[in-house]
Amino acid sequence: MGLPIAQVLAPDGRLVGEHDFTLDDLRGFHRDLVLARRIDTESFALQRHGELGLWPPMLGQEAAQIGSGRALQPADFVFPSYREHAVSWCRGIDPAKLLGMFRGTSLGGWDPAEYNYALPAIVIGAQTLHAVGYGIGTMLEGKSEAVVTYFGDGATSQGDTNEAFVWAASYNAPVVFFCQNNQYAISVPLERQTKVPIAQRAAGFGFEGVRVDGNDVLAVHQVTSQALRKARDGQGPTLIEAITYRMGAHTTSDDPSRYRDRHEGDDWAARDPLLRLRLHLSEIDSGFADFDEAVQAEAEQLGEHLREVCQNLPDPDLADLFAHVYAEEPDELIAQSQEVASWS
Amino acid sequence: MELSIAKALNAGLRAAMEADPKVVLLGEDIGRLGGVFRVTDGLQKDFGEHRVMDTPLAESALVGASVGLTYRGFRPVVEIQFDGFVYPAYDQIVSQVARLRARSEGLVSVPMVIRIPFGGGIGAVEHHSESPEAQFVMTAGLKVVSPSNANDAYWMIQQAIAADDPIVFLEPKQRYWDSATITDEPALGLHESRVVRAGDDVTVLAYGPTVKTCLQAAEETEDSLEVIDLRTLSPLDLEPVYESVRRTGRAVVVHEAAKTLGLGAELAARITQECFYSLEAPVQRVTGYDLPYPPCRVEHDHLPSVERVLDAVDLAKEF
Repeated sequence: MGLPIAQVLAPDGRLVGEHDFTLDDLRGFHRDLVLARRIDTESFALQRHGELGLWPPMLGQEAAQIGSGRALQPADFVFPSYREHAVSWCRGIDPAKLLGMFRGTSLGGWDPAEYNYALPAIVIGAQTLHAVGYGIGTMLEGKSEAVVTYFGDGATSQGDTNEAFVWAASYNAPVVFFCQNNQYAISVPLERQTKVPIAQRAAGFGFEGVRVDGNDVLAVHQVTSQALRKARDGQGPTLIEAITYRMGAHTTSDDPSRYRDRHEGDDWAARDPLLRLRLHLSEIDSGFADFDEAVQAEAEQLGEHLREVCQNLPDPDLADLFAHVYAEEPDELIAQSQEVASWS
Repeated sequence: MELSIAKALNAGLRAAMEADPKVVLLGEDIGRLGGVFRVTDGLQKDFGEHRVMDTPLAESALVGASVGLTYRGFRPVVEIQFDGFVYPAYDQIVSQVARLRARSEGLVSVPMVIRIPFGGGIGAVEHHSESPEAQFVMTAGLKVVSPSNANDAYWMIQQAIAADDPIVFLEPKQRYWDSATITDEPALGLHESRVVRAGDDVTVLAYGPTVKTCLQAAEETEDSLEVIDLRTLSPLDLEPVYESVRRTGRAVVVHEAAKTLGLGAELAARITQECFYSLEAPVQRVTGYDLPYPPCRVEHDHLPSVERVLDAVDLAKEF
């Protein structure tokens, strides 16, 4: 028998599971989801306007990211891949800071120690090992903190990810492996990566794997909170498989019509992570229409903020980059930076 | 105090661990066994399993997990068991370790030391005799050093661990059992080269295992060879080299790594650039051949020998 898929909110907005969220919590999730989608769609548009070189959309994955991101405590640490725009939002990072990497003005954008949020890994799966090492570090210090690393279904085929599973199990490290199974690694479907549900693999490594409806923000929050508690309590790692769907392309350079049936998206549109919470709140919250109006206005402001910052991001000075390669800058690099400066 | 290179490294690691509780050792078989070369012998017993970790057998994870430890403020010292086993970790080293400082505009430090016993000459099976240094030297963000003797081994490992940059620390495995006197203070900084034998006729450049070979060559010839131990491969410290070559007018570079795009190529280019009008002959290279490392029964025909070094000295002199 396969692992069950946790769900609290059905696609049509019906409650199908128990929860103890307050109305304010639910409104908070709605606000996060709407603003996260705006970050994503605005950035996508900025790419189409030529302001960004590339953007990896997370359209459709907002609930997986908000649900898990809002389950984190301030002391927890996150090692993301490059698509976790909504998780960084939950960590308090100004989404405009995401844009430098994709406009080509920066290789990073923030201080990981300030937000407990590492710089994104672009090489698939590399960050999972960093999370395990960080988790071992918290154990060496005798601290009760959790680490979360985000990756996709494709990353589960990588050696680094599997080594991370082995190490986390071996050290009982406080790591939550959060897999957003969005069904595709660019064009290659899930079936090429795995013969069993991703979460089922955890058992072979010796820890718990759980499946959750990744488009259900409430269920994702519950499942992640539980895994984080376990990690902090010394009960080791958990692999969460959040089943979701990348409604957009892999990146703005991708063309999903070459590998996906166009009707496939229709099914998933009905399972839109924003839709079900909207339906639910419309049903139970008499003030929702006014609240939603305020959120939409906030989204407009956020969009304007992103456009404003993006268009004014300064190009870095190539000569300045040399100073950050080493703690102690070698003479050769000083000489090369002076050469660069002499050309300007 | 006289110690072998292996024991000097052990003593240096011990001193670094006593000086800073954030220093942790990770590797395969470094705990109970004390490492396949016994470099970490006794350290787990004295510092505990939390500071000297026998890890699962996965080199990429050794380095990748150490990245996470540096995010947490630790100073990991990773042992790669043999040079030929570093390649599974190559991606983490060049794509993660080397770049995090630059990506974060200086906000993230990766104070990691990656110890690698390197080079041939011990009669080993395949993948146990590699000289991969050029691949790390050409990677921006990494520093690369190699001690040639026990005293340098003792001090350089401590200096490397104390440094805030990631350092690939190449240990000349065929010299692990060579002994030298350990001084009370380090004579040099980590990134300084050193004239180990003064001479007037030809400048001979070496590092790691080939320093001894070149010193033996200097003993056996009537020519006056100036032997320089580079010690630091990235960054290079070449002012003493230029000063020497301007006097001798001749330079020979000696390393075990393959000739093509080996460090000798870079050294020849830089010496030519800086000492062009002083040179009496092209820079000569004595290196391993452009082969996969050969079966060990013939490795001594592959490695730079005293005879090949002296032959290159003759070529430089007679040009």
